[in-house]
Amino acid sequence: MKPVAVSDYTVVSALGAGREATRAALRGGRSGLARRTFETVALDTWIGEVDGVDAQQLLPALAEFDCRNNRLAWLGLQADGFAASVALARARFAPERIGVFVGTSTSGILQTELAYRRRDPASGALPGDFHYAQTHNTYSLAAFVREALALRGPAVVVSTACSSSAKVYGNAARLIELGLIDAAVVGGVDSLCLTTLYGFNSLELLSPDICRPWDAGRRGLSLGEAAAFALLERDAALPRAWLRGVGESSDGHHMSSPHPEGAGAAEAMRGALAEAGVAPEAIDYLNLHGTATPNNDAAEDLAVQAVFGERLPCSSTKGATGHTLGAAGGVEAAIAMLALEHGFMPGGANRIEPDGALRSRYLDAPVDAKLSLVASNSFGFGGSNACLVFGAAR
Amino acid sequence: MSEAVLAVRVQGVGLLGPGLADWASGQGLLREPLKWISAATVLPAPARLPPAERRRAGAIVKLSLAVADQACEQAGLDPATLATVFTASSGDAGNCHALCEALATPERAVSPTRFTNSVHNAAAGYWHIATTSRAPSTSLCAHDASFGAGLLEAAAQCAALARPVLLVAADVPYPEPLHAVRSLPDAFGVALLLTPPAGQGPELRLRLAAQPTSGCGHDGLDALQRQVPAARSLPLLQALARGASTERVVDYLDPLGLVVELRA
Repeated sequence: MKPVAVSDYTVVSALGAGREATRAALRGGRSGLARRTFETVALDTWIGEVDGVDAQQLLPALAEFDCRNNRLAWLGLQADGFAASVALARARFAPERIGVFVGTSTSGILQTELAYRRRDPASGALPGDFHYAQTHNTYSLAAFVREALALRGPAVVVSTACSSSAKVYGNAARLIELGLIDAAVVGGVDSLCLTTLYGFNSLELLSPDICRPWDAGRRGLSLGEAAAFALLERDAALPRAWLRGVGESSDGHHMSSPHPEGAGAAEAMRGALAEAGVAPEAIDYLNLHGTATPNNDAAEDLAVQAVFGERLPCSSTKGATGHTLGAAGGVEAAIAMLALEHGFMPGGANRIEPDGALRSRYLDAPVDAKLSLVASNSFGFGGSNACLVFGAAR
Repeated sequence: MSEAVLAVRVQGVGLLGPGLADWASGQGLLREPLKWISAATVLPAPARLPPAERRRAGAIVKLSLAVADQACEQAGLDPATLATVFTASSGDAGNCHALCEALATPERAVSPTRFTNSVHNAAAGYWHIATTSRAPSTSLCAHDASFGAGLLEAAAQCAALARPVLLVAADVPYPEPLHAVRSLPDAFGVALLLTPPAGQGPELRLRLAAQPTSGCGHDGLDALQRQVPAARSLPLLQALARGASTERVVDYLDPLGLVVELRA
């Protein structure tokens, strides 16, 4: 593919709001996870909650969009002056020529979960202040972002579980390449809710311990929430990074377990390399999907071996952010670009005892290094795989 | 506004909706809408799925797989090779209600199968398991514009990647109390197997423009189009059924319409 310029990006997670807070936390090896409750949920688990989501106030014109997911989206749009960067792009291009492609898995479902507690005792009806289209519906995130940024181009939500906000980079790059748009806002937002906390708990994939990717004693994932956005343009004089390749594949194997040899995952990585037009040896660092469930890490390790061998430095940053589900691809794209811009490879947090069965070159601590090309993996339920390749701006 | 045009061919069609049992019988009814009689959509069991997955499949999975199968069969293409774009204005609606209901009880006993099926890409996941396909797949939502968004993405993939793409758009109604705030009268699904211009079938040329949405010239079909997002495919399906060169505007996002020129 022809490289697409990333003219700006931002990320808000349990590590903090914006690029600098995220960089400092990753560089310092800090985790944002804490053993805590969420809302009325008191499971024995660690959570990556974003500070200050409840305090966000949407503009009066956007009041019907009010829910935790869109408040978190709003927090993300304000971080690093991202909305202001989009406003500059809107002045350069027509609003109809800027797309919105964002990923989420659960959107504003928390709003519906809360509304179901307030059903009319007689009729069973939902409360009158419940706004389905603006909060519950999967598209509500894109509708909110499009309205908040006053954009009028194509828009869609990609919802392929935990690969969602990696895949949106592909949607945007294709429409830019085909000439339907000049620029796009991409990213992902997923917020804590009862569905995912109790859901992953029911599948016994939620770790009672802090999540420990690539650890011999890993017991599952820790959930987090996040917003991440990037502004893609056909070209830019001073980009922060270049999108070089997007690889996508399916497992065609099982709804909630990865292909045991990571065959689909490997295909996504090869696809991204092919689009970038580079050999595996050209990649300097790989941000793993690395959820810390026993099966996921094992399958991903085999896939990485198959494509890159044992040489490539890699790590999972989910020990720092938690698994932010539909936002994970966007969060880790931002981390990949931070690594390129600041010349460091993040270490994987929380590992105590390396799993001898996993043979990838896993980094336990951050390493300073001048990086040219960085890849990021994102895999989801339903066997949905994506891999992104980013290149340094220079 | 955009001058870019996406050119694709339609090599296969699948259809299932109220009074529209499949594309083979539905074509005639769309050509002559006065013969169409609305009747409840009947969802077939997904024979393609392995028994374990068949038991777990909800309405949206059954609907999606039924129309996808029709389109592949008509096109004579091996599903295992096909990239897919699934689009739906909601996921498995009944499953969503059951989860929200369970989470409103003190026990909050969530079934692992219900949670797994709650992902928006459940239908895509089941399809790729059933066809053992490792081809790329995406699952989209654009609320009422979900069909237009899916058609745009499928055509863009077909054009950018120069490979066939199977588009599947499906919507199923919610039970109460969500039905009261999002009232789909019945299930409706459509599949279009798009191929690059060198392929077979009628050619579609798509572009974005601020133009009003087309109708079907029939009150009942036009009402269905308004009520069910996937049924916003009806004006295009009617044009395909009639087979003559024409232009239709598929509903998309304000202020844009998806202008589709059909070249027979």
